Amino acid sequence: MFTAVVIIGILLILVILVILFRIGNLVGIVRGKDQSDIGKTNKVNAWMMMAFMIVMFGLFFWYSFVYFDDYTLPIASEHGVETDFMFWLTMAVTGFIFILTNVLLFYFSWKYQFSKENKAKFYPDNTKLEVIWTIVPAIVLAGLVFTGLRTWNDITDEASEDAEVVEIMGYQFGWGLRYPGVKDNELGDYDYRLIDASNQWGMDLTDENSYDDFTPTEMHIPVGKEVLFKIRAKDVLHSVFAPHFRLKMDAVPGMPTHFKFTATKTTRQMQEELGDPDFEYFITCTEICGRGHFSMKIRVVVDEPADYEEWKASQTTWLKLYPEYLERVPEEKRELAIIKAGLEEDQLQEMEASL
Amino acid sequence: MATADIHIKESAPHGDHHEEHEHHTNFWTHYIFTTDHKMIAKQFLLTGIFWAILGGAMSVIFRLQLGFPDANLEWIRPLLGDWITEQGKIDPEFYLALVTMHGTIMVFFVLTAGLSGTFSNFLIPLQIGARDMASGFMNMLSYWFFFISSVIMFTSLFIETGPASGGWVIYPPLSALPQAVNGSGLGMTLWLTAMALFIVSTLLGGINYITTVINMRTQGMSFSKLPLTIWAFFLTAIIGLLSFPVLFAAALLLIFDRSFGTSFYLSDIYIGGEALPNQGGSPILFQHLFWFLGHPEVYIVLLPALGITSEVIATNSRKPIFGYKAMVGSMLFIAILSFVVWAHHMFVTGMNPFLGSVFMLLTLIIAVPSAVKVFNYLTTLWKGNIRFTSAMMFSIGLVSFFISGGLTGIFLGNSAIDIQLHDTYFVVAHFHLVMGSASFFGMMAGIYHWFPKFYGRMMDDKLGNVHFWMTFIGVYMVFFPMHYIGIAGYPRRYYSFTNFDTLNSFADLNSFVSIAAILTLGAQGIFLFNFFYSMYRGRKATANPWKSNTLEWTTPINPGHGNWPGEIPTVYRWPYDYSKPGAKDDFIPQTVPFSATPESNLPHENELIRLEKEDDDVIRVDDKES
Ligand code: HEM
Ligand SMILES: [Cu+2]
Ligand SMILES: [Cu+2]
Repeated sequence: MFTAVVIIGILLILVILVILFRIGNLVGIVRGKDQSDIGKTNKVNAWMMMAFMIVMFGLFFWYSFVYFDDYTLPIASEHGVETDFMFWLTMAVTGFIFILTNVLLFYFSWKYQFSKENKAKFYPDNTKLEVIWTIVPAIVLAGLVFTGLRTWNDITDEASEDAEVVEIMGYQFGWGLRYPGVKDNELGDYDYRLIDASNQWGMDLTDENSYDDFTPTEMHIPVGKEVLFKIRAKDVLHSVFAPHFRLKMDAVPGMPTHFKFTATKTTRQMQEELGDPDFEYFITCTEICGRGHFSMKIRVVVDEPADYEEWKASQTTWLKLYPEYLERVPEEKRELAIIKAGLEEDQLQEMEASL
Repeated sequence: MATADIHIKESAPHGDHHEEHEHHTNFWTHYIFTTDHKMIAKQFLLTGIFWAILGGAMSVIFRLQLGFPDANLEWIRPLLGDWITEQGKIDPEFYLALVTMHGTIMVFFVLTAGLSGTFSNFLIPLQIGARDMASGFMNMLSYWFFFISSVIMFTSLFIETGPASGGWVIYPPLSALPQAVNGSGLGMTLWLTAMALFIVSTLLGGINYITTVINMRTQGMSFSKLPLTIWAFFLTAIIGLLSFPVLFAAALLLIFDRSFGTSFYLSDIYIGGEALPNQGGSPILFQHLFWFLGHPEVYIVLLPALGITSEVIATNSRKPIFGYKAMVGSMLFIAILSFVVWAHHMFVTGMNPFLGSVFMLLTLIIAVPSAVKVFNYLTTLWKGNIRFTSAMMFSIGLVSFFISGGLTGIFLGNSAIDIQLHDTYFVVAHFHLVMGSASFFGMMAGIYHWFPKFYGRMMDDKLGNVHFWMTFIGVYMVFFPMHYIGIAGYPRRYYSFTNFDTLNSFADLNSFVSIAAILTLGAQGIFLFNFFYSMYRGRKATANPWKSNTLEWTTPINPGHGNWPGEIPTVYRWPYDYSKPGAKDDFIPQTVPFSATPESNLPHENELIRLEKEDDDVIRVDDKES
């Protein structure tokens, strides 16, 4: 299909080119190609300016209003309401200026098109005007800056002590998740030098907090409770982007980052609200990271708090999935590890047999 | 590069100090190793056009992928070889390489070298009244460094592992580790080498522009009488001189990290099945260094375009530019501020949020001088007598893009809003309008306006008009829809959106954008035809075809090396005396003394007549001495 489009496009352009050029040349020769032949074309161009403006504004308003629901995303976080407010406030201010200045630009171009009778007005400066249009934008911008700063400070404020912590680790090409576990609710230490094929997180098994950590393949978070993402990267830069939560933060190797937020709607609520039973929240990557950059998507489920706790409790700890790592646990902590990880008797026997 | 019509009038008398110049030239010294600023400008221009075609072609290829993700691209296999996969798709890594090279080419090779290189070189000596640049030799070196840099960058397109593919910002660790992406192997080495040479070229050029403007202005050409073009080129060169070395440093450290095992940017990395020994480095450091150039760079690209537009709009509105001092002041202010806003590209990198606040404040301040410039352009048009030459229309187009693209900067500069918009198509829309298209239009305006001075012939204005309208409409059709796609959250540098079920409603719009992009690029064929055809066959230019005031139009139609056959003219007035009340013409060139125009002088100008006499005496004394 598009091959045809391409070819037709090119042909069209060539034809237009040749015809216009021939005509132009011939007309030029007939007219005696005088320099001052400012007349017809000038008028045409002036009217084109007006036409362009009207058509473009038409398209702009038409698309902006008719497709509003297509290009705006529902908001699912508390701070998202504020940032979207900032966005639409800025839209109102800049939209006004956008229309005003573009209208003036094209209107003046049309209105003051060349005419033999006219002479341009010699008008080199006007200090009063200049001062006005320096100060007015400055004040308006100051307003935007201060509202923006307040929002920004709220968003980047410390997370509360009892926020739900989820660790997200970007790698080529996916996201690793780690939860602090139900027994101690603390993430264990890690070190990138401990990473291997099974221990993707580089979990440090000398730290007792890691024994109950679990590493699911999809994210669950509770609605209405503050969640703190602890973000890191295994190999290159990535960036955690959860569009519905208006959340974005880079994942940087060697420099853990974080982002706190509170989800306001469960997945089910959102599905009902949108009338789309397939709706899912997700996280994707927005920092170029190589071949699979576009495919780093992971599902996020927002649960009612009770469902969330239930889900958490049902997860298998990492150590239980990979009991062979018990070896790395210092002798005196093994007992604790077995309890916290919830290792079962038969697993242990298997282990011992293989040792 | 053949410019058959330009022959130096060797017999022309040369009035003063430059008689020692060698004017017996052969092909090599005339076209290739030339030290004539005008020829060097043409070299930059033609190389820039070459790169623009290439960079544009790349955008078509990746737009095909984005607009028609299901199409079979087997038919470009002859061109791209194995970059087309078995399934007839573009390889995802090649997609990234294309995006990277497209960005690099457009920003540096087209809109820095092609724009500043062409017009600073061409116009500075001509508009300030100098015979050539301060150092013609350094100027020649500047081009040849650029040329070598171009050759290296071009070569990198053909190597087996492909060109650099970490984005034009080449953030490490991606750009430092060949394990991470193929393009970070030899391709990145070549990229860094080419850019290092490019920086050398820019610095050599910049030093020349600055010294020339400061030292070589003709009699009477005070700073307050400089055309705004020269102010723009001058400030651009200063910005470049202060910021490019920082990119050089950043690149050098990256080279060390890549080749000598240092850890400036690398830390805690596990890749390809092994933990790297590097510790303690910071990828964020690179970003700070990069954007310390990167942000000023957008003004390096934009200011010359704004300078050109100021000149073109004033000339074709037949009005003085409104608020000359405010225009200079706002450019100066923009130039200074451009150094303290870089971290607005880094709000969500994990940088300290307090820094974010500071940079947000500074960024939004920079909007004020930009607004002033727009209002001044509008007031210049107001009550003008506008001639829609092609150059004029491209300038009006620039102002429109500058408004549309500049306003979205107010969203992105607000850190709270940027959380959502960062690295989405909203950003792509923003910078293509305000930096890409605006500067591109400035460049076009410049070419149409000064073509008669370049080649002694006129470009065809009708073709220029068609070119303008197709490009103007096309650019808006390509980049305006990207705002919506960005607001909907679509990330940039994505090979495909097909595996998003929730974000999948823009297939039509994306196809539309791609078709618009192809047509827009097709329209550039009209320009190319017009350009090369007019070079040989265009209507012969008159001495001052646009009835303009600046000095370049006082040179012969085809100026030789040295620009003015006789003495360099003296300047008496500012360049914007258009439609002055009382004057018989609607323009008074800078070389006309106030004593010759008693009918139109303003009161304070009459007082200057006495000074003019004294100045003339000074010249005569000078002449006797030399
Ligand atoms: C017909 C003209 C052009 C088209 C259709 C076009 C299209 C695009 C698109 C769609 C992207 C984003 C690709 C992605 O993120 O996956 C892009 C990236 C870019 N373009 Fe253009 N562009 C054009 C001209 C220009 C010009 C004149 C400039 C000069 C400033 C420019 C500079 C850039 C830069 C810096 C990037 C970012 C590269 C990166 O992400 O590393 N483009 N272009
Ligand atoms: Cu990525
Ligand atoms: Cu910037």
